[in-house]
Amino acid sequence: MAHQSLVYLEVRGGAVKRSSLEALGEASRQKAALGGEVVGILLGSSSTTLAHGLAGADRCICVPDPRLDRFSLEAAATATAEAARSSGATTIWFSATVQGRDLAGAVAARLGAAYAADCVEIRAEGGAVIAKRPIFGGRALVTVKAKGNPLVVSLRPNVFAPLVASPAAVGTSNLAPTFASGDFAAVVTHLASAAGGAKDVAEAEVVVSGGRGLGGPEGFKPLEELAQVLGGAVGASRAVVDLGWRPHADQVGQTGKVVSPKLYIACGISGAIQHLAGMRTSQVIVAINKDAEAPIFKVATYGIVGDVGVIVPALTAALKTAIAARR
Amino acid sequence: MNVVACLARVPDTASRIKPGSDGKSPDLEGAQFVVNPYDEFALEEAVKLREAKGSSLLAIHVGPVDFQKELRNALAKGADKAIQLSTTGPLGPAGISKLLAEQIRPLLPATVFLGKQSVDGDVGATGAFLGNELGLPVVSKISTLKIEGDRFSATREVEGGVETIEGALPCIFTAEKGLNEPRRAGLNQIMAAKKKPLTVETKSAPPPLLDVLALELPKDRPAGRMLGEGVGAVAALVTALQNEAKVL
Ligand SMILES: Cc1cc2nc3c(=O)[nH]c(=O)nc-3n(C[C@H](O)[C@H](O)[C@H](O)COP(=O)(O)OP(=O)(O)OC[C@H]3O[C@@H](n4cnc5c(N)ncnc54)[C@H](O)[C@@H]3O)c2cc1C
Ligand SMILES: Nc1ncnc2c1ncn2[C@@H]1O[C@H](COP(=O)(O)O)[C@@H](O)[C@H]1O
Repeated sequence: MAHQSLVYLEVRGGAVKRSSLEALGEASRQKAALGGEVVGILLGSSSTTLAHGLAGADRCICVPDPRLDRFSLEAAATATAEAARSSGATTIWFSATVQGRDLAGAVAARLGAAYAADCVEIRAEGGAVIAKRPIFGGRALVTVKAKGNPLVVSLRPNVFAPLVASPAAVGTSNLAPTFASGDFAAVVTHLASAAGGAKDVAEAEVVVSGGRGLGGPEGFKPLEELAQVLGGAVGASRAVVDLGWRPHADQVGQTGKVVSPKLYIACGISGAIQHLAGMRTSQVIVAINKDAEAPIFKVATYGIVGDVGVIVPALTAALKTAIAARR
Repeated sequence: MNVVACLARVPDTASRIKPGSDGKSPDLEGAQFVVNPYDEFALEEAVKLREAKGSSLLAIHVGPVDFQKELRNALAKGADKAIQLSTTGPLGPAGISKLLAEQIRPLLPATVFLGKQSVDGDVGATGAFLGNELGLPVVSKISTLKIEGDRFSATREVEGGVETIEGALPCIFTAEKGLNEPRRAGLNQIMAAKKKPLTVETKSAPPPLLDVLALELPKDRPAGRMLGEGVGAVAALVTALQNEAKVL
């Protein structure tokens, strides 16, 4: 069977999400070995407009049904599964965002496909996709392959490079799926954006996280300043979320968010195994802790022993100077 | 409306993992097994709905290893019935959801609670597969749930915000941490639970659709560098980030 890729392109705020472009990028890179086409799928009334200029896809299936403007998992899964069938997709790609992971499971169920969630490495072998994914909160990795069925994969955000290609016209075709009666029974009715448009830790390229070592909620003020200088987001350990110093949305770790930023700065965080589960795939890890024996130093690229209350403001000031000097 | 809670069995999140002798499955010797942490929130929410609506609550577990103590505990917390579907051989979300659906179908209309993901496989797809089996909508990762009549409104954290999802029951929900405060069973409830029905049935499930080729431990991160103590080390850090790691 010839290989064929379908890539789900998640739309947020009128644009295709960067993490979806990462999935598109990886599907396109693997095309060299797998052959076939890379087909994008876009849902909602803006789909046709968004499809133009989607460099990297060979063509795009658009489902411009306005009912899809408000996300409903079942309706989106029906549409995506139908696009997968009609395009003969053998690998269906998602980004492992909240929406992407939901949809990946729902589409796999509808197609009777195998599902590899939250993959961190993809390779092609003998015309098939082989995926590597973390299990046990990142304490182990498994390499998996579909037993001949189609394969659905979701890719961990920030791990794969997005496709950079010059925008070119992409051919589109419209699909009008046959929705089931219950497909719109549950819909997203509202999205409250994070306060001040703050970046999400799962998507930021820089994450500055704080733990109990910050001493209290006010201890996060200097972290916010540091994050701002670096254009990053502020994360937190579970200990401080449980204490009510920070919202759960900011929690990094096994029962929080999994992050893979370019730079992760852990401030006053001991480095418990469940915290490492959420950040050990970061490119560069900086640890600031007053205890030289803290386990966080074992995974840190760079470590400074000292009081966060002193080091963080000094670091912010030094970075401001360094960044200003480059301009 | 009937209520169902699905409970998975997982090794404690602090347990050490090493590859087994086949190089494909984990060696979990010495690990402590617990109810999947997210399923505690699922069960609590199910008990709350059961109390509010005066219906019947079934707790289900699929798996080969004795789970009666955990299911008794679910009965003590408020489940009316519990069942373990004892299986042999590996399980995937497709197989598990088929077995769960067989039990739930006769109870429809039923609202089903699962955890957002089990902390061993970290897949988080059983809810979606079950939704497809039962033809029910799935609302995942909820951190609040309000039910009025046969309508619900749930919220969940997504990247950069909080989504509200509204719809009609019956529905499948998967629970995020913090959905509620799971209760502890009191002594009287523990005593009463001994009389509640708990059955174990042997079943066979279709095998997983994925082949595991290898299991490995994450590579150690390349040895890091201590830059020293106190503010004196800050300049070295900025230089390293700029010139060595090139992340600025
Ligand atoms: C099922 C389960 C799931 C979990 N999930 C998560 C999760 O998702 N995320 C998570 O983070 N944790 C999780 N945990 C909790 C985890 O085990 C730890 O308890 C938690 O990560 C500790 O947070 P902390 O590092 O902020 O606090 P602590 O362990 O108390 O560490 C505080 C650190 O701050 C340092 N310090 C103190 N004062 C200063 C100062 N002035 N300057 C510099 N350093 C200072 C100390 O030396 C210490 O290393 C989970 C636990 C369980 C059982
Ligand atoms: N073997 C099982 N028995 C009962 N419920 C399960 C089982 N496996 C998974 N589940 C449920 O499905 C949820 C998601 O699991 P998973 O898809 O494996 O990440 C869990 O939190 C449980 O509520």
